[in-house]
Amino acid sequence: MISTNIQIAAYLFASILFILSLSGLSSQESAKKGVIYGIVGMAIALCATLFGGNIQGYVYIIVAMVVASVIGVIVARKVQMTAMPQLIALLHSFVGLAAVLVGFSSFIDPKTVSMAGAERAIHMVEIFVGIFIGAITFTGSIIAWGKLTENITSKPLVFKGKDVVNVVLLLASVVLGVMFVGQGGTHGMPFLIAMTVIAAFFGVMLVMAIGGADMPVVISMLNSLSGWTAAASGFMLGNDLLIVTGALVGSSGAILSIIMCRAMNRSFFAVISGGFGQEVKTGRKLEGKVNSMTHDEAAEWLKEAQSVVIVPGYGMAVAKAQYPIHDMVEKLRSQGKSVKFGIHPVAGRLPGHMNVLLAEANVPYDIVLEMDEVNPELPETDVAMVVGANDTVNPGAQEDPSSPIYGMPVVEVWKAKRVIVMKRSMAVGYAGVENPLFYKENVSMLYGDAKDSVDKINAKLG
Amino acid sequence: MNVGIPKELLQHELRVAATPKTVVRLKKQGFEVLVESGCGVRAKFSDEEYVATGAEVVSSAQELYSSSDIILKVQPPTEAEVGLMKRGTLLLSYLFPAQNLPLLGKLAEAGINAIAMDAIPRISRAQKMDVLSSMANISGYRAVVEAANYFGRFLNGQITAAGKVEPAKVLVIGTGVAGLAAIGTAKSLGAIVRAFDTRKEAREQIQSMGAQFITVEIDEDGSTASGYSKEMSQAYIDAEMALFKRQAAEVDIIITTAQIPGKAAPKLLLEEHVMAMKPGSVIIDLAAPTGGNCVLTKKDEVYTTPNGVVIAGRVDTLPTQASFLYGNNLCNLLDDMGKAENFRIDMNDDVIKRAMVTYNGKVNWPPEPLAVSAQAKKTEAGKPSPEEEAAKKAGKVKKALISNVIWLAVVGALLFLLGKVAPADFMGHITAFVLAVFVGWNVIWNVTHALHTPLMSVTNAISGIIIIGGLLQIQNDFSDPRTIMAFIAILIAFINIVGGFTVTYRMLKMFKK
Repeated sequence: MISTNIQIAAYLFASILFILSLSGLSSQESAKKGVIYGIVGMAIALCATLFGGNIQGYVYIIVAMVVASVIGVIVARKVQMTAMPQLIALLHSFVGLAAVLVGFSSFIDPKTVSMAGAERAIHMVEIFVGIFIGAITFTGSIIAWGKLTENITSKPLVFKGKDVVNVVLLLASVVLGVMFVGQGGTHGMPFLIAMTVIAAFFGVMLVMAIGGADMPVVISMLNSLSGWTAAASGFMLGNDLLIVTGALVGSSGAILSIIMCRAMNRSFFAVISGGFGQEVKTGRKLEGKVNSMTHDEAAEWLKEAQSVVIVPGYGMAVAKAQYPIHDMVEKLRSQGKSVKFGIHPVAGRLPGHMNVLLAEANVPYDIVLEMDEVNPELPETDVAMVVGANDTVNPGAQEDPSSPIYGMPVVEVWKAKRVIVMKRSMAVGYAGVENPLFYKENVSMLYGDAKDSVDKINAKLG
Repeated sequence: MNVGIPKELLQHELRVAATPKTVVRLKKQGFEVLVESGCGVRAKFSDEEYVATGAEVVSSAQELYSSSDIILKVQPPTEAEVGLMKRGTLLLSYLFPAQNLPLLGKLAEAGINAIAMDAIPRISRAQKMDVLSSMANISGYRAVVEAANYFGRFLNGQITAAGKVEPAKVLVIGTGVAGLAAIGTAKSLGAIVRAFDTRKEAREQIQSMGAQFITVEIDEDGSTASGYSKEMSQAYIDAEMALFKRQAAEVDIIITTAQIPGKAAPKLLLEEHVMAMKPGSVIIDLAAPTGGNCVLTKKDEVYTTPNGVVIAGRVDTLPTQASFLYGNNLCNLLDDMGKAENFRIDMNDDVIKRAMVTYNGKVNWPPEPLAVSAQAKKTEAGKPSPEEEAAKKAGKVKKALISNVIWLAVVGALLFLLGKVAPADFMGHITAFVLAVFVGWNVIWNVTHALHTPLMSVTNAISGIIIIGGLLQIQNDFSDPRTIMAFIAILIAFINIVGGFTVTYRMLKMFKK
């Protein structure tokens, strides 16, 4: 057994390691080291807790950990990179559920029951808040997971008075909270359960209202919530390590949400209140001719080009086109052409999703650029190839003030000399906005499944 | 309407304003074409070829001029030629209006509407009729070919059974159209190419052609709105001279193309530079017609200096090729003017009103300037003055300061109230919490965009720290509901930890350079 002071010191050390772990992610080179710091930090934290005294049920703990390790390793090894968003959503829900369980467990703890006065009141509030956030995180993440696996429709569910219902639910929770704190012993249980049900329902409503392409924001928000959940549990248990870690994770998710919202030029509140892309506001009516091309012509364009920029979107992930794209990039690069990728921050369903997919397909990360890096290069680019992206390359965001996505930063592919757009059909993108890009003179559409198209072009490139 | 192609009178002018191929285009545009017998001989086009394309060959210049409504020429007309033209004739030709004002007067007097092909503004739309570009392209190409001719070695490096050959080093000074064409040609012959230009925007163009951009250490941009370069400061010129001296000793071939419109070409290569060059080196001076970039250049002459450097002040114009491109430029212009059917002179057209140097008996020179630089001009106008900006800034700072003070006061007050009611333990936790939020906030902003997915999965793993809650709650007695809840909490939180770290590590391993 180790003393309490040593335990606190160990927790402090673990906190430092967690911070180093996150700061390691500032570059690809230091990132792996960062993960090791995280693992070491976690191991220290667990050991300090397990050997800190007052721990019972070692057998159960060992059983749970062994089972969890097996499941965790198998899932982590098997998961496909295109399925990362689902996995992450699922893991978020675990944090939420664990927080709810810990909250209830703490509530019926005899120590809690025997508390009195201000101490008890504060503790009750902590439990209440912890379970509230935990339940929202849990059900919200489950719904997000369902939407990402397409078990639940990815269309936003909105109905009249949704906001009113939400406000009523929130008020009801506050009332329940006040009543709960006033109860002695474990008499508050019915209120606690009622609030948990409301919070769970609230989580469902929150995410159901948000559509597919807003998923990066939702996932970031749930990431943030799972952090705040952990922090709230820390307050409940009086554990600084939980508080610090939760705060780190919470602010991380919050920053990601901000970055994603900025990338879509929308306020966080607008995303959360949902319903975007419901009414199809086409903005300006589009007229003109859409050019289409064959795979042969696309291959010709690429052969003639000296510089190529590829702009992938969620369509690439759906078609799993990253592997043939990697082959294409290798071919073009071996012919001495400059090939780069331009990634819009909200491309895909998860922040940084495209980068992971390309990395999986062995595309070197130094040719994968951010939107802001690639935009100045586009006017000098011979061919820009859009693979399964739509709204993130919509010139209407800059040219058409009546467009619903006006002002959103976009990858300016139309500035390249020629543009190939790979797309399944002329359907509008997620935002329900027509894309004037397709009507531009230097743009040609290559219809069909992205993977199939790239394969065919590869065959022609020889 | 009749289009007439006279024979060029100037002895060394080998080009002609229409080739059989461009005659076909003119016919398609709806014009009747008359050519003077023998006009294409020096560019290697026979009368028969013209006849075969449907042109009518006339034997004398008189006949040609008197029956043509549009005259296509290369060199400016002589006074005698002007005398032969009908009133109202449209003349397309080189005219060098800045140097040839008296000629413009004569043309106006004779009622001839003349378009100076060398005065076509260099804007994007007019590129297809820009004869300066098409001719410069040829001279850039030819400069390299001739340099290779005078130069006694291969241009490309070779490793042969008989021994190793170093590649030739070529320096191109001035990278307008001619310079870029020279870079491309030299590069494709295998030489190592370096290029110099005072305009900053040239760097990218040079590099895109595969040459190395060399520059001086002084930050000065020679770009002007006209697309030509301006004259540079003395300090810049000194640095430039020193640079050329170093380069001259190293390179084998120097091609100079620097010209300033309406002025003598700048002297870039002095005697000392030529002296520094290795024997057998070659200088091709494309600026020779306007005085040459090298002080030792002799116009229209090729000679070898005492130290064995060949200096060429003349470059063959490739008359067959040049006639074709020039003829096409003219056809493109006639296309823009409505072809035969809708032919009209539109003085509101940006291109026509600048190139039309005489119109309806009046001289229309010099025209109003027009900006064409490839890069958007850096606009100074519209910016508030520094004082205004400073005042604005000060105002903003003041406002920000006030709102900061208010914010801090509110936060301070809240914390004070909290401290009054909350137990000491709780205050300790709040401290840790707030500081951690600040640390997280600063750390996460540094995370690169590309690693946002690993960031989420690692924070997922870390937030599995909630397992501690389960560990603290679990009991020995499994029938205790706390044990069951804590057991599940530990199980799923540990899945998070193990799964999160494993998948993060797996992802990061994939990121390879």
